[in-house]
Amino acid sequence: MGSHVAGGVKNRVEHWREFLATDFITILWLTLRVSGTSVLLSSLVGIPLGAWLGLSCGRRVLLLRLLVQTGMALPPVVVGLVLYILLSRSGPLAWLGWLFTPRAMVVAQFILALPFVIGITQSAVAAMPGELRWQLRSLGATQWQIRRTVLWEARQGVLLAVAAAFGRSLSEVGAVLMVGGNIQGHTRVLTTAVVLETGKGQFGVALALGGTLLCLALLVNALIVRLDGSPPRYE
Amino acid sequence: MNWQPFSRVGSTAILIVTLGCAPSVPPAPSLTLATTTSTRDSGLLDVLIPQFEQQTGIAVRVIAVGSGQALEIGRRGDADVLLTHAPEAEEAFVAVGHARARLPLMHNDFVFVGPSDDPAELQQAATLRDVLTRIAQTAAPFVSRGDQSGTHLKEQSLWKLAEQQPAGAWYIQGGAGMSETLRMANEMQAYTLSDRGTFLSQRHRLDLAILFAGVPQLRNPYAVLVVAPQSPLPGQAAAAIRQAAAAQQFADFLLSPQARNLIAQFGTETFGQPLFFPSAP
Repeated sequence: MGSHVAGGVKNRVEHWREFLATDFITILWLTLRVSGTSVLLSSLVGIPLGAWLGLSCGRRVLLLRLLVQTGMALPPVVVGLVLYILLSRSGPLAWLGWLFTPRAMVVAQFILALPFVIGITQSAVAAMPGELRWQLRSLGATQWQIRRTVLWEARQGVLLAVAAAFGRSLSEVGAVLMVGGNIQGHTRVLTTAVVLETGKGQFGVALALGGTLLCLALLVNALIVRLDGSPPRYE
Repeated sequence: MNWQPFSRVGSTAILIVTLGCAPSVPPAPSLTLATTTSTRDSGLLDVLIPQFEQQTGIAVRVIAVGSGQALEIGRRGDADVLLTHAPEAEEAFVAVGHARARLPLMHNDFVFVGPSDDPAELQQAATLRDVLTRIAQTAAPFVSRGDQSGTHLKEQSLWKLAEQQPAGAWYIQGGAGMSETLRMANEMQAYTLSDRGTFLSQRHRLDLAILFAGVPQLRNPYAVLVVAPQSPLPGQAAAAIRQAAAAQQFADFLLSPQARNLIAQFGTETFGQPLFFPSAP
């Protein structure tokens, strides 16, 4: 029995060393690359859409808002499953050849993050005092100038939208597991590595990876908060 | 208006995206292996695949899922080679032409594990039928994989063999992989069916013992399936032929005497006994 326990400990130490030396950096880098790309793309698409939605009103806008907010509840595994079927060799998007590649993971996270960017931007823009728009209009600003200025004034909320999108992308596991396949050195990110190590019973490594994920989130959010050093005040 | 911090972040973001969009297609040829989790989690593939990669220069990408999912991935043409342990499902896979043949690679066996105080007295059971009857009749908690994996399919066939209906509060469908299921059974001090390899590799964390094993019906055979190439996508006929050749090469390697030797020796150092036994050629 004793030799088994010793074997286990030796195994575990070896596992750690091997893991830190080879996989860890690759995993960290891919996580940043995939989540960074998906957040940037969803921000580029979502911020203008959210600003437009926040400044519009009417029945149709209400319906769009409903759709966007429902999108925030999209289950990652369902997004993963649908995307899998589309990208599969037997699916309509097979010609892209994206299944089990980081690109498929970017697409999945883009779909999951987009509703957050649109929804939070929209509510931040809509919350701007109405007088701001009237004032701008009376000063002779064009529709585009008004939109730009309101968006700028609402930047705190827009940054929150980006932070939320990043959080969603970074912490999501179901979709990237399905369309990425969790392939070592190719499509393994922090969350899928946590699933794998937990499955193997390597709770220590899994916890360390979880901690890394949190540190990453902290760093990125610190950057975002710094950008927003002096929040606008209306007095 | 101070735009400076924005432009700094903007350029960082653009950098990340540029890198993110950089072609990630590796120059080396590669093939995709969809396999049951036990071959990866036990560490066997870490011994076999580097050998193959070294000899051929073909990189192997491993997707480890339940046998059910692995076969589905193969059926859709998203993997080149499958390594699974679900004989009936594999035969069906071959019968409909998704693979040319089912190539027996190796086997180990399934074991019934449970709490060492053994409330259902499995250790006194004489036959497999007796084991399942005892569990069902004492309504002792039993954790099932419940995920259509090879182990789950095996378990279902055993209940059928014993003419027992696993139902009720005692029958817990975990829906998880083998290691998680073993841990779940450990927490609940419940019975479960496991492949011997995974149980041995997790044993030092578990307060469970092997209570019944060693009958022929508990044999756990693993087979290789080379996925039959589907009609190639336009403009990719040559690539499809290369891919099929690489898949065949990998199957040949797995069935070679060299790989059989590696399989036979695997685990003797760490666990004091082999985890897999190569099938006779």
